[in-house]
Parts: sequence; structure tokens; C-alpha cells
Amino acid sequence: MNIRAIPKKMVPKRLDYERFGSLYALILLFIISSIASPYFLQLQNILNILRQVSYTGIIALGMTFVIISGGIDLSVGSMTALVGGIVILTLNKFGGEIGEIGAIVVAIVVGMLLGLVGGAANGLIITVGKVAPFVATLGTMAIFRSLTLYISNAGEFRSASSMYPELGMGDLIGIPVPVWIMLGLAVVFHIVLTRTRYGRYVCAVGSNERVARYAAIKTEVIRFTSYLVVGLTVAVSAVLLSSRLNSISSTNAGLNFELDAIAAVIIGGTPLTGGSGTIPGTVFGAIILGIINNMLNMLGVSPYLQGTVKGLVIIGAVLIQGKRR
Amino acid sequence: MQSRMDGMDGVIIKTAGISKEFSGVYVLKDINVEIRRGEVFGIVGENGAGKSTFIKILGGTYTPSEGQIFFDGKPVHIRDAGVAKRIGIAMIPQEVNLVSDLNVYENIFLGNEYRVGAWLLDKKKMMSKARELLHDLHTDIAPDERIDRLSVAQKRMVEIAKAITHDPKVLIMDEPTASLTQYEIDVLLDLMRRLKERGVTVIFISHRLKEVKRVCDRVMVLRDGETVSIDSATDLSEHEIAKRMVGRELDTIFPEKVEAQGTTVLRVEGLSVKGVLHDVSFDLKKGEILGFAGLIGAGRTELAEALIGVRRKTSGKILVHDKECVVNSPGDAIRHGIAYLSEDRQGIGILTSFNLVANTTLVSLGKYCRLLINARKEREKARFYVDAFNIKAPSIETRLEFLSGGNQQKVSLAKSLDPGPEVFILDEPTRGIDVNAKKEIYDFIRQLVMSGISCILISSELEEIIGMCSRVAVMRDGRIAGILEGDRICEEEIMYYATGLKGRAS
Ligand SMILES: Nc1ncnc2c1ncn2[C@@H]1O[C@H](COP(=O)(O)OP(=O)(O)OP(=O)(O)O)[C@@H](O)[C@H]1O
Ligand SMILES: [Mg+2]
Repeated sequence: MNIRAIPKKMVPKRLDYERFGSLYALILLFIISSIASPYFLQLQNILNILRQVSYTGIIALGMTFVIISGGIDLSVGSMTALVGGIVILTLNKFGGEIGEIGAIVVAIVVGMLLGLVGGAANGLIITVGKVAPFVATLGTMAIFRSLTLYISNAGEFRSASSMYPELGMGDLIGIPVPVWIMLGLAVVFHIVLTRTRYGRYVCAVGSNERVARYAAIKTEVIRFTSYLVVGLTVAVSAVLLSSRLNSISSTNAGLNFELDAIAAVIIGGTPLTGGSGTIPGTVFGAIILGIINNMLNMLGVSPYLQGTVKGLVIIGAVLIQGKRR
Repeated sequence: MQSRMDGMDGVIIKTAGISKEFSGVYVLKDINVEIRRGEVFGIVGENGAGKSTFIKILGGTYTPSEGQIFFDGKPVHIRDAGVAKRIGIAMIPQEVNLVSDLNVYENIFLGNEYRVGAWLLDKKKMMSKARELLHDLHTDIAPDERIDRLSVAQKRMVEIAKAITHDPKVLIMDEPTASLTQYEIDVLLDLMRRLKERGVTVIFISHRLKEVKRVCDRVMVLRDGETVSIDSATDLSEHEIAKRMVGRELDTIFPEKVEAQGTTVLRVEGLSVKGVLHDVSFDLKKGEILGFAGLIGAGRTELAEALIGVRRKTSGKILVHDKECVVNSPGDAIRHGIAYLSEDRQGIGILTSFNLVANTTLVSLGKYCRLLINARKEREKARFYVDAFNIKAPSIETRLEFLSGGNQQKVSLAKSLDPGPEVFILDEPTRGIDVNAKKEIYDFIRQLVMSGISCILISSELEEIIGMCSRVAVMRDGRIAGILEGDRICEEEIMYYATGLKGRAS
């Protein structure tokens, strides 16, 4: 073949960053943290961090698809609260009738369906209604939160089940269930993104919608389904969160989840303009955020300042990506 | 020809030992050239020879890895496009580079807006100045038209207008004539002569050697990043230029024409699209190459877009093998065996952020997967096209943004071809492709046609239409003005119909 005289090493640098930049950052942060605090490296602490990031980490996996396809979803936080609340209501309603396990299954199914419905609502407004994703999901963010408040009368959804919390509190060979689910989903999503037609099309649509359309890709369908994907991950996260707390606060649950999820995706190397990105990057991004929070706590930094640090990290990540371009 | 103005014989740009490497690979080696004030300086070479890289260095897009540039005798460091503009170098890049959300005059004056007072924009003045500039270029583009509604050729004209607003001392044009028709090319070449008379230096890259010879004073030939020769254009024949580019003797460029095989594959009846196409009817036989000629705005690309379902038809029928088809999306078109190669490479044809493999299989990906994509099969196919079209790329994993324009075009061709169409609509298939590669692509099209595929060839290069097609439909104002066959396929006859001297009135 005609690959004359130009060696392989000419692979553009940005690709390297996209693939490994967040991993390098994670390793660096890990080293710094273990030096800064001896407690950091303890297994319990690591597991704690992983569990804490898993709720927004799971959502970030779906968010990766949305952002790669050129969209954004701001409604994930309030959707988490709404889905979580309704899951608990369902659980309480059926608890007496079909036994606890049955009720849990029904509640989870209802939760998943609700996540899909929420995602579909976003997707339809964006693709059929041709509303910009930012505006559309800003609107549904307000709607989902307000519905949650209305249904609960601005109070709390409390589960009466004693078995339900075991799901979110449980662990498998020492590793918490939500962490397993996050890692499992990450593997599946990674394969979907890199090895299937759908994943390829998601990247194509985000890279240049016009080219994709002319290439016989149903761009609207691809964009629509990316919101279903994120809706589903929201539902998974909502179930795990509500089962861990055995309750959902209508005012606080899922607050700022959109920030954390989007931040994880961006720190993971996916450009906000879409077109490319990786799932491992997003996982690393989520863990980076978790470690930063953890360190700030351990070092006794005021919790009110933690948002500042998070913000700086996001801006820094984007700055580095911009430089590489 | 009197080529230089007396007393202004000086050198405006001198390069001393300019080299450029990308990650250790030299794509330009030791370029030494003196470009004179008020000359038209041509640069030719094969795809990937380094032409664009060289002028991007002059225009401040890239900085040289080694070497020094002198402007007006003084050493300069052209760090970025801003510096280039300040010292008087304007550049029209190979790929259209306009803001598609803004309109024509906003683009022309982008960064140099006329103002009333300190803050307010003087829209009126910009509009009228833009109209004047465009009028000078003999185009009837409205200054307040949005960019995304213009054809590639029209965008090209806007770029030219934009480049000459600032009265540059040096105007660099990278393949400005690709995708322009003869009429606009004549306008442009005339403009180049007028600029030259005003003492402006023009650096001109083109694969159309005839116009290089017509307009250039001197020609530099590049091969694999090195200067082969710099000579006065009058001393060189087209043939000689081509020979130097490729490094060996070239034989006749167009393959023998193939006779169509009889049965009608595609029939179009009374096709209309609001405002752009009116009652277009024709048929296409198996194994035929049907040419579509016409001026810019004649509706050829619009016709292609209607055939693949991206433009809404107001009336008319498309029949494949005598069966009427509903074609409302490119997906429908592919299902009925119709493929399209767009004239707008970066806007429609390829994904610059995807690698060669993923671009090649973009349309035909279904063939390569069950549940998962068969990466091995996909890569094999990409390698096949790299060989077939002689695509020059660091590897098949390279993103297309790092390929030269002509090589991107070859990938675009591979992409459209891979679904295995029955009817292949080629819109400017050889845009930006060098003479040698052109011949390879013509041979390839001939092979396709011999294997029973039918082609619709839209081209602004009359030579290509005349050399390749067994029938030619000439379009004018959204209608077919006439269909030529046999001996009547010649330049005069086509121009008669294209300009309305012959054929049905519009
Ligand atoms: N940014 C880049 N990074 C890496 N390689 C590059 C880059 N730009 C160009 N190249 C390589 O440099 C070589 C010369 O490219 P260039 O665009 O100058 O060719 P060209 O002579 O303009 O060709 P064409 O006629 O096809 O436009 C090509 O092999 C291309 O792959
Ligand atoms: Mg070029």
C-alpha cells in the first residue's frame, strides 16, 4: 500500500490526550493524594470514593453519548429526583399486595420506563420540535423538579420497605453494588460506542450532521435515542440512590447531578462540541472529581469552597483540550 | 507577453531553505524561491506534493520547521494569519472557510467592518461595497444572502471578493478554480491579470494545467515536497509540466468511451423542485455515462440532491428499472441503488475528524457488521481503496484532516462507491485531483461502467464531460436545455445550450 515514507508515529497528539489525558491526570492525582494523606490509600476510603461517584458516574456514561452526538442534557438531576420519588411511591403502593420482592421488581421496571419516557420527552422536543438541547433540557429540568415537589408536597418520599435498601447498600466480594453497576455499564457502553454501528453513527452525527445525513444516517433517530440512553442511566442511578437512602428528598435529591455528570464527560476528554469521546475517559473523569472531593474533605477545606475547586478543574480541563487543538 | 512592469522588477517574497515537518516527517524540503512583484506565480504538483503546505507557511497558518522568509527584502516571521494580513498577504485556502451563519457581506468584511463612529457597524456602506466587489467578479450573488444557501462555486467567489477587499500586495489562491465553470474561471483569470497590472503579486495553485499556462508568468513544480523546477510558463508545454509533476511520461488521459448496453436503468420524468428545477426529464441506460453540463446555478447539483431525496420534489417521478420509487432521504436512494458523490467535500462528503477507515465505510457500514463491526473486514476494504486510488496517507488510521485535499477527495469517492450502487451520481469527481490521479479515476469509472454500473457525471470541466460521456445533458436555469449525442458533444455546442443561444427558452 501507499503509505510511503511517513511513519506511524505521526498519530496526532490530541488523540493521545483524548485517550489517555484523563488517565494521566487520574494517576497524578492519585499519587498526590496518597502523599498528602495516609488515610487516602485505605481500601475503605477508595471504595467510598467509588461508591460516591457511581451515581453521577452512571449518568455520565449516558451523558457521554448525548454530548458526542452534539447535544446536552441538563435535566438529569431533577429527573433523578422524579424517577426516584415515583419508584418509592410504586414500591409503597405494591408492597402490601404482591410481597416485597415483587414490589421491588415492579418499582424498578416502572423506574426504567419512566427514565425512558423522560428521555423520550427531551428527545422529541429536541428532534421534532427543533428546540436547542440546552434550552429544551433547561425547560424539562424545571418541569421535572417542580413535578417532584408537587407530588411530594415539597417533602420526602419515604419507602416502607425493609428489603429495598439492601440493593443500594449491598456489596459483592467487598465492592458496593453501585460500583459494579457503573463498571458493568461502562464496559457495555464502551463496546457500543466503539464497536457497533450505533456508536459510529453517534460520533458521525456529532462530528458533522450534514455529512451524516447525506451518508444515509437517520440523524434525528440517532439524536433521539441518545436521550433515551441517558434517560435509562438516570433511572438506574435513581433506583440505586433511592434504595441506598430508602427515601428521596424532593428538594435535594439529584441536585447538581447535571453539573457532575457533564464535568465527568468533559474532564474525560470529550469535547462539548461533540464528534468524539471515550467511555473510559468519562469513568476516569468521574473518579477524578470524586478524589478531589475526598481530598478536600480530608484536608478540612470548607465544603462551600469545594464547588470552586470543581469549577476550576472543569475550566482547566477544557483549557488543556483547547491548547491541544 | 509583457510580463513585468518596468522599474518594479524587485523580489517581493523570497524563501531561503524552507522546510516543514509534521512529527518527524518532512513534507517540504529546502524550498528556495524568489517571487517577483507583480507576477503571477504558479505552483503545481501531484496530490500531497506539499503545495498547500507551502502557501500555508506564507499565509501564516503553519510556521516553517526550518528556513527564513524575506518579504520586500526584510526577514519576516509570519507567526499567524494576522501578521500575514498586516504585511499585505491575503490567502484563499483550498477549503471554503466562511462563517455559514453569517451572510455574504458580513463574511466579506469579517474582522474589517466599516463603522459609523466607534461602535456601530455601517451596514449600508458594507452592503454597497460588497455589491460592487461581487459585480466586479461578474456574479449576481446578493450581498445579504446567507452563506449556507450558496453553492460551492458561489462561496468560492465570495472568498475571492473577501480576499481582495483589503488591497493585498500578495494574493495567494489554493485551487480557486476547482468547481468553477469556464465562465467564472475566465472572470477569475481576467481578475488575476488586472491585479497584476496594479502590481499585485498572485500565487496560484491549480491542477488545471491549461489555465496555469494561460495565466502564469512562471511555474514552480513540486514533487514529494521538493522543487523540481521553476521556469517561465511560456517555455513549458502542458505536457511537459505534467511530466515533471509525475516524474515520468504520461499517456492519453481519457480512456476509450464505452457503448451503453441498452436497457434503461433510471428514468426521471417531469422532476421539479420549487424555485430551482423545472420539469426535468431524462433516462439513463445500463453502463452509460450521462454528462450534465451547465453554468453555475444551472441546477445540476440541485438535480442530484433531488434524486437522492435531500430536496423536496414538487412534482415528477423517479423510476428505477421502470418501477416508480419513493426517494425522500439518502437512505431511500441507497436502497434503490443510487449513490452520490458530493461536490462539497468537507461540507457533505467526508468527516474530517474520522479516520480513513471510518470514512470509507460510513455509508456502507451495514455490510461490515452483525452485532459488532468487523474491524478486520473494514480495514481490508479501506486498504483496497488506498491501493486502487493510490491514496497518500500516513496510515489508514489517520484522520482525514491531515490528508491533502486531493487525497481527501479520493476517500470521498471511495465512501460513495462502497455501497455498490447501480446508479452513481458523480458531482465534480476529480475536483482537486492531479493529472495522474485523474487518469486513474477515469479508468476506474470506465471499469465501473463496463461492469454495468451507470453514471451521471456532473462536471464543470468541459474536457472531462467531452472526454468521458456518451451523452450530455446541458442544463440552464433549472431546465434541460438540450441533450447532445455523438459528434455534437463539443465545447461550442455545449456552450450554446448552456448560455441560451440554443435550446428551449427559459
Ligand atoms: N497538519 C498536518 N499534519 C500532518 N500531515 C500533514 C498535515 N498537513 C498536510 N500533511 C501532509 O503533508 C503532505 C502534503 O500536503 P499538502 O496539503 O501540502 O498537499 P498538496 O500539494 O496541497 O496536495 P493537493 O493537491 O491534494 O491539495 C500530505 O502527505 C499530507 O498528508
Ligand atoms: Mg492542497
